[in-house]
Amino acid sequence: MSAPLSAGGVPRLARGVRLRHDEARGQWVLLAPERVFQPDPVGVEILRKVDGVRPLSLIVDELASAFSVDRARVAADVGAFLAGLVEKGLIEFGGSGEAGP
Amino acid sequence: MNALADAPARSEMPAPPPPPAPYGMLAELTHRCPLQCPYCSNPVELERRNGELDTETWLRVFSEAGKLGVLQVHLSGGEPTARRDLELMIGHCVAVGLYTNLITAGVGVTPERLRAIADAGIDHIQLSFQGADAQTTDHVSNFPGAHGRKLAVAREVRRLGLPLTVNAVVHRANIHQIPAFIELALALDARRIEIAHAQYYGWALRNRGALMPTRAQVFEALAIVEEARERLKGRLTIDAVVPDYYAKYPKPCMNGWGRQSLNVSPSGKVLPCHAAETIPHLDFWNVREHALADIWTGSPAFNAFRGTDWMPALCRSCERREIDWGGCRCQAMAIAGDAAATDPACHKSPLHAHMLALAETDAVTADAYDYRRYL
Repeated sequence: MSAPLSAGGVPRLARGVRLRHDEARGQWVLLAPERVFQPDPVGVEILRKVDGVRPLSLIVDELASAFSVDRARVAADVGAFLAGLVEKGLIEFGGSGEAGP
Repeated sequence: MNALADAPARSEMPAPPPPPAPYGMLAELTHRCPLQCPYCSNPVELERRNGELDTETWLRVFSEAGKLGVLQVHLSGGEPTARRDLELMIGHCVAVGLYTNLITAGVGVTPERLRAIADAGIDHIQLSFQGADAQTTDHVSNFPGAHGRKLAVAREVRRLGLPLTVNAVVHRANIHQIPAFIELALALDARRIEIAHAQYYGWALRNRGALMPTRAQVFEALAIVEEARERLKGRLTIDAVVPDYYAKYPKPCMNGWGRQSLNVSPSGKVLPCHAAETIPHLDFWNVREHALADIWTGSPAFNAFRGTDWMPALCRSCERREIDWGGCRCQAMAIAGDAAATDPACHKSPLHAHMLALAETDAVTADAYDYRRYL
């Protein structure tokens, strides 16, 4: 199931998955059926760019530029993070140019 | 002792810090249900319709839950669609930021009702199946035609674009159908399935002799689920509610008493778990009289078994005390006759062999179902 993610693919939250700020605990949470995930601050930055419109390559470009980090390293980190969420059923990938849900 | 001379006496010390906020709340909107499942987990004494909380009180409870830190609310029962004000409640839960999950048997839910539920903003629907085929579902639920109605509801849920979980409670009559349940979930385009081994509290305890599978069946079921979970990673999430009569370690019931979640009964009693009323003498506070946050922090029932201080020495000294959280208090009550005893599911309990013997005896008992009847 862990095929490499295509740079042109468009990640989106799987249906039934929501990202919201948890006021009571002062953190961002990813909510899914019967599950609560608490991504670390880097994960939150990635997830806030997952909108079903931006392709993976653009997300990497934007994060590399925003944090002035080597693009290849960002690509590896973002790819690993999203692949983990795909395996958990929290993120789905649409093809290049797909407009999301 | 001089260093302590200025310390305040114990009685003047500040109150202990409040417990961390709960993540989930099960709202049992009603005990009414069209199905008659012998494994029903609700209490033997059901709450009557005229004792149910009114709409306004439920809406206040949902608002308070959101403020308290609850992230997910599970609208359940009984059959929650028996409440005519369900859509109003869903809309309110969504408005206050709660991830809103509907747990339904599906049999009386028309496409129009489902559309209204979707329009109200429901996040997710969990639909129960009593069997993987019509004969089993209809027999276990004692509702002719139930399976066909559930299939129709599942298709409508997906047609509306809503995420679907299939819930399957397994026991002797259907434990061999686990592969078929998984195929059913895939065919219905569900992304999640719960394989929940029947838990023997409330009404279900009466039917243990008719429901208990053998040890061999349970271990085969666990292996099938493990294999499928690996094979279907990324396609179907498989969650299991584990059977504990044949286990070595107890289940970490509710992930610890009063630690992550709370239940509100149809009449407004707030319970640490939905079987908690089987423990006599616990003092449950009611949302009619107390704010939810005060109940979470101060209710004697919640504080009775919170943390590890209440544990018997055997548990308090165990390296798994914050893994198992002492197992299940209701099971200690049911088997050991003492809610504060070590859970007999644990191999360290002096009653462990007794519990295993109960299961092995029940597994070869051919009792007929004592169906639950309550509309």
